Amino acid sequence: MANLKTSDKKTKAQSMGMHTEVLTGRTQQKFFNPDEGENFFYFGAHDVDFNKRTELDVKDLDCKQANKKIDELMSKGYGTIVIKNPQGKHSLGVGILNKLNLIFEGSLGYFGVGSIDGPIVRVNGRVGWSCAENMMAGKVVIEKNAGSCFGAAIRGGDLICKGSVGARTGIDQKGGSIIVGGDAGAFTGFMMQRGRIVILGDVGINLGDSMYDGTIYVGGKIGSFGSDAVESPMTKNDIDWLTRKLKVAEIGNNFDVSKMTKIVSGKKLWNYDALEPTEKKGAI
Amino acid sequence: MCGIAGLIHRGKSSDVGSELQSMLQALKHRGPDSTGYALYAENDGQNFIMRFKVGENVGEGSTSVNEDESVYDERKKLVDKKLSVLGATVVKEDKLTPYSFRYEIKIDIDLMEFSKAIESINNVEILSIGKSLELVKDLGDATVVSERYGLHKIKGTHGIGHARMATESGVDIKSAHPFWGYPFSDVSVVHNGQLTNYWNNRRALENKGMRFMSECDSELIAVFLAEKMRNGATLEQGMKESLTGLDGVFTYFVATKDSLGMAKDTMAAKPLVLYESDELVAMGSEEIAIRSILPQEIDTYDPFDGEVKVWQI
Repeated sequence: MANLKTSDKKTKAQSMGMHTEVLTGRTQQKFFNPDEGENFFYFGAHDVDFNKRTELDVKDLDCKQANKKIDELMSKGYGTIVIKNPQGKHSLGVGILNKLNLIFEGSLGYFGVGSIDGPIVRVNGRVGWSCAENMMAGKVVIEKNAGSCFGAAIRGGDLICKGSVGARTGIDQKGGSIIVGGDAGAFTGFMMQRGRIVILGDVGINLGDSMYDGTIYVGGKIGSFGSDAVESPMTKNDIDWLTRKLKVAEIGNNFDVSKMTKIVSGKKLWNYDALEPTEKKGAI
Repeated sequence: MCGIAGLIHRGKSSDVGSELQSMLQALKHRGPDSTGYALYAENDGQNFIMRFKVGENVGEGSTSVNEDESVYDERKKLVDKKLSVLGATVVKEDKLTPYSFRYEIKIDIDLMEFSKAIESINNVEILSIGKSLELVKDLGDATVVSERYGLHKIKGTHGIGHARMATESGVDIKSAHPFWGYPFSDVSVVHNGQLTNYWNNRRALENKGMRFMSECDSELIAVFLAEKMRNGATLEQGMKESLTGLDGVFTYFVATKDSLGMAKDTMAAKPLVLYESDELVAMGSEEIAIRSILPQEIDTYDPFDGEVKVWQI
């Protein structure tokens, strides 16, 4: 086993503060403690001032150049950045791991603002597939429509689309809230594991297919329920949460949340029994 | 992956060739193997335009057999002879590449019978027949193909195109999109996706007399729709039937002399972004295709699963 104590070189995880002690001959690791989250600081994250504002025109930049420029501006302390002319470019605003007010004056292509942890983003336009994929914290507001896989695998934060979204919204969602003012496509909440999805309009077929956990609220018509997705009664807690959340999301004024349909996992799929595959064969 | 793009100007002609070139070039990263155009041009409508090939482009990664160019001339002579036998008059002919030709012809026989006769010549394939359809496909990106065939100069009302990343069949012209809706004049199809019941459908359609020129699964869509239309269905009816008749994942466009349509499979597994106004409909696999001709801020949306739409010029 390598004895890292003799080396000055830190692993990337150590540089990020994931564990603070170097390894010795025997494995001794002190991992990141969630209780100390406030003291946690990503490698490469920046301390910015929201009152320091600037604009960036990305018309003639490709996505790498644009993202690098955003990073440079944050390193100079700019806390409010307005992006002009995004023109549907892919992967803009990804990997931002600090607080920031980021405003896009136009539409984004695929994978916009993915893997973010903390920024408040407003897109005055539309977004393509996989917007905010893997988002961990923060708030993203889309003023128009969104493509498929909206909020795929998000783990936290609020992701809001004021228009309609495509198929597989919230696929593999593991936390946070996705709130949609319009309609949603097929397979919404497919294999979601945690968190909440709120659709004020209609949803397509196979809603909540194979969901492990989490909650989906639908205001309009449902194309069909997916495997193991079942309706559950609305409670006062649900109504209170929805009322508060829609207010924060700036949509659904006067929307009667008490009439929404609540969908949860029936927990009857194969993964919820305690049988080994060989035992299952016997049971069948 | 593949990228598809389409546009239709309602009620007027435009620089549809250069517009589609811009849209497809913006999608080059989705498919650099070959590019195809189906442009509906300002022709006088008097004669049929037949685009055909007598060989393959083997210079840019094709898997086809390299042939001496002299065999192309021989095949072309056989085509001319066959046209004469069929009573066709060649009004104008253009040799676009050593293996690709555009003929303006007068014919007065059934198109299926005509096509079968021409394609009975070995290695000759009709890419399209129509009174306004100009179907061109070749290896290379959108700009390369457009410049090779002078497509950026073509004016017309609408068109569809395809940037291909070959996955199910070879890198060659015969597997490239668009596919002509044989035996209907002015019908073309482009597709992004994979079809999983290709052989079942192909066998059934071949038994009904339909013809396949490639082993590309996407060709099935053109033949499927053509067969429905041959039996009296409208284009939109045929497209709606395709949602259950075709298995797999797909977004496809189909164009006729005066219309443009799109269909998306019931799982919405393949992307499509759409812009729609009273004057213009533009759509593509990615928004950047639309932005290449409409850089200003516009409202776009993704059609939902199982959606079929048709627009008229």
